[in-house]
Amino acid sequence: MNTTMNAPATQAGTLDIRGLRLTLPGTARPVLDGVDLTVAPGETVSLVGESGSGKTLTSRSALCLLPPGAVTEGTVRVNGDDVLTADADRLRALRTGTVAMVFQDPRAALNPLRRIGDFLTEGVRATRTAARARATARATELLGAVGLDDTVLRKYPGQVSGGMLQRVMIAAALMGEPALLLADEPTTALDVTTQAEVVALLARLRERFATALLFVTHDLDLAAAISDRVYVMYAGRIAEHGPAKQLFEHPRHPYTAALLASTPRLERTGGRLSAIEGRPPGLSTALTGCAFAARCPLATEVCDERPPELRPVPGHPEHRAACHHSELLEGSADA
Amino acid sequence: MTAVLTRRPGLSGIRAAGSPLHLICLALVVLVVTAAVLAPWLVPHDPNVVDLGSALAGTSADHPLGVDAAGRDTLSRLLLGARTSLLGPLEVVAFSTLAGVAVGTAAAWRGGRLDSLLSRSTELVFAFPGMLLAILIISVYGEGLLAPVIALAIAYLPYVSRLTRSLVLAERARPYVSAYRVQGHSALQICLRHVLPNIAPVVLAQATINFGYALMDLAGLSFLGLGIPALTPDWGRMVFDGQTAVQHGYPLSAILPCVVIVLTVVAFNVVGERWADRVARRDR
Amino acid sequence: MSFVVFAVRRTAEMAATLFAASFVVFGAMYLAPGSPASFLLSGRSASPEALAAINSQYHLDDPFAVRYFAWLGNVLQGDFGRSITYRTDVSRLLADRLPTTLLLIAMSLTVVVLVGLFLGGLAAVRGGATDSAVLVATTFAVATPSFVAAVLLQGLFAVRLGWFPSGGSGDGPVDMLRHLTLPAVALALYLIGMLTRVTRSAMLEALDSEHVTVARSRGVPERQVIRRHAFRNSLGTILTTGGLVVSTLLVCTILVETAFSVGGIGQLLELSTTTKDFPTVQAIALIVVALFMAVNLVVDLLLPLADPRLTLGTRGAAA
Repeated sequence: MNTTMNAPATQAGTLDIRGLRLTLPGTARPVLDGVDLTVAPGETVSLVGESGSGKTLTSRSALCLLPPGAVTEGTVRVNGDDVLTADADRLRALRTGTVAMVFQDPRAALNPLRRIGDFLTEGVRATRTAARARATARATELLGAVGLDDTVLRKYPGQVSGGMLQRVMIAAALMGEPALLLADEPTTALDVTTQAEVVALLARLRERFATALLFVTHDLDLAAAISDRVYVMYAGRIAEHGPAKQLFEHPRHPYTAALLASTPRLERTGGRLSAIEGRPPGLSTALTGCAFAARCPLATEVCDERPPELRPVPGHPEHRAACHHSELLEGSADA
Repeated sequence: MTAVLTRRPGLSGIRAAGSPLHLICLALVVLVVTAAVLAPWLVPHDPNVVDLGSALAGTSADHPLGVDAAGRDTLSRLLLGARTSLLGPLEVVAFSTLAGVAVGTAAAWRGGRLDSLLSRSTELVFAFPGMLLAILIISVYGEGLLAPVIALAIAYLPYVSRLTRSLVLAERARPYVSAYRVQGHSALQICLRHVLPNIAPVVLAQATINFGYALMDLAGLSFLGLGIPALTPDWGRMVFDGQTAVQHGYPLSAILPCVVIVLTVVAFNVVGERWADRVARRDR
Repeated sequence: MSFVVFAVRRTAEMAATLFAASFVVFGAMYLAPGSPASFLLSGRSASPEALAAINSQYHLDDPFAVRYFAWLGNVLQGDFGRSITYRTDVSRLLADRLPTTLLLIAMSLTVVVLVGLFLGGLAAVRGGATDSAVLVATTFAVATPSFVAAVLLQGLFAVRLGWFPSGGSGDGPVDMLRHLTLPAVALALYLIGMLTRVTRSAMLEALDSEHVTVARSRGVPERQVIRRHAFRNSLGTILTTGGLVVSTLLVCTILVETAFSVGGIGQLLELSTTTKDFPTVQAIALIVVALFMAVNLVVDLLLPLADPRLTLGTRGAAA
């Protein structure tokens, strides 16, 4: 997809993914199909999609965490360095420093047999030869920043709550002073009451440490609330992206519009919730046209014949949608 | 709750060794069993005819696998030995499976004191390795194949009964059982007609796995001269008989039964594990 | 503290099982046809002296329960009675032979642990052809009874190559090690196969877990990931096979010591079984069962160290 000039940002982004295509053995279509995505320094970007849309794989590609047997095309650059072709030493430097990830389920992400203190310090101590005392001091400081005290250092993951563990996870991600923080559905595995706290904490810390944040979620409202820009992903492709407010108020892709319509809202009492008919395309069938065509109310012949490209929305150069009929959605707030 | 085959550790994962191995092993099982069944008609020589003149002679047209230190034909003894060497484990497996299923089903169905009695005695039997129990009983009863077979069957019983217990517990919780109960079927009827056929594949896979172990244990006992009567050809006994020849530099008559034992156990283990894996995958 | 309660309870359970086992070992002789005295002296001329010894050891004139507890009391004091074949105290026989067997088992255990953990870890980490080769090799290892391994090793290394003696226990420490090398390897082969497989599957499971991916994503070097995350987390599973490993070693020494004519308690058990020397058989059976249960107890008490979740009473959602 080199015909479309992508990110309007002039300087290289903290994360700059171009034309990323990822193929797994035994699948008919690529799991990621020409994904372009940028995150500018200090920016918060949300990546929204259903499970299986490829949003987790996209975010993990920034750490070169790929499933076994994956074949990639395209580039993933972090601060200008290509991640996918980096050698072991560069990759380790990237993983201990530049990029850090907050994982979905903190219970699974921490080794239950090792103390939380070991978890916090093991990454930085591995490469930076930071003295144990310095690493521990930093861990304590960051625990303070996430609202925990240093008594958890001596505890095992089984002894603290899920919300606390996710705070530990966030503190651990900040250990290497990363330029880019990836958060992969960081609240999904938590209680509803702690979800909001964790999100607020992430937002606050992102500001304090001036890191860029790529927030992966299936929760549209959450994405709207915390991010500057939003990417909507469907079946391994970017369906639409743009500034958060603009995208949610004027979706230009029927999938985004349908997602918005299917989200329950308190202020819209009495309104009907519309589920999206059908299911996302499986990995066993190749796609000829638009991935959403089979479920799209606007679909015509052209949608089955060739995949739409991301085109800027007239009057809003930063808002792009990959739909042959995006002009039909003009003016509609939520379809 | 899914019941898991109580394999002794170390065997799970044989499937990864690929399917050609599995097919070869299946063929080997068929071959060994056929040889055991047809042995009386296949043997070229009387396995007990002693010919000291040609003792330890190498392979020849008359004796394709050579002869042992007493001049007995190795091929004939291997073929007839297959009968004793397979029949013993078969009896062990049959007895331990039947008794184990009965005990396990009763414990699961009745629960309560019967169940806790079972788990106590299981722990006790696990404390006695099969061979040790066999030796203890042989030292009381003396010669004969019966004592070791019973001892090993008792030693293997808990493996089957524990598995059966967990399977029956899972089965009993399924709706069809209460449906039959409501219709007035007796517990025995439900168990025999419906529950047992449902759990049979898993139990039989366990039995196949136990077969290999029983073969090794019984061969070990007959290597020690315990259990098998003196003149009966048996693989373990053949290894013992051949050991003296090995020490004098004529290893053939001992190596052959060794190879046959190992290959047979490998074959039964691989086939049993493969079966267990398929059953486990089907249940998932 | 809950660990103390746990330890006391496990120890009590073990003592109860051991008690039941001693009952089985003692009661076994009543399965024999004929009177206990005639069984115990089976085939031998019943000299008045031997008969008196048997009578006093088993209290054959008393009721069953009295006999049992009298015997048990003696056993607890280390008095296993007199061997009928050797006409000496069983405890003397054992004291002479136990060190040899324990040395053999220690050598074998060392080989099993070193080779088994190494091969299992290697197969799990490398995968591919290494893994397949290890799997095929262990398939044969777990199908090789130790007496088969003993005879084959003897034929190759003792007779054909002459590197090691083909039998006996040797004199003096160095000679003893030389004599016990082949038996130890024969004894180890089956268990190497078993431990390799246990280690391999435990390591694979651990390597597949999310926290390993997370550690890698944080730039933790692969060696540390394998050591601190995969191997550390497999230890619990590996430890639980400890009891089985030791009891298999104890039982298979009977075969291996017989094959190599090593004068340990395994060979003694074989000799006493064929000569119907029941007091000796009883003593050895009890020792084997007791050692097995002691090892199991130690494993149970060690497990909380390998897995802090066991003492904390809190279980994480995922391992």
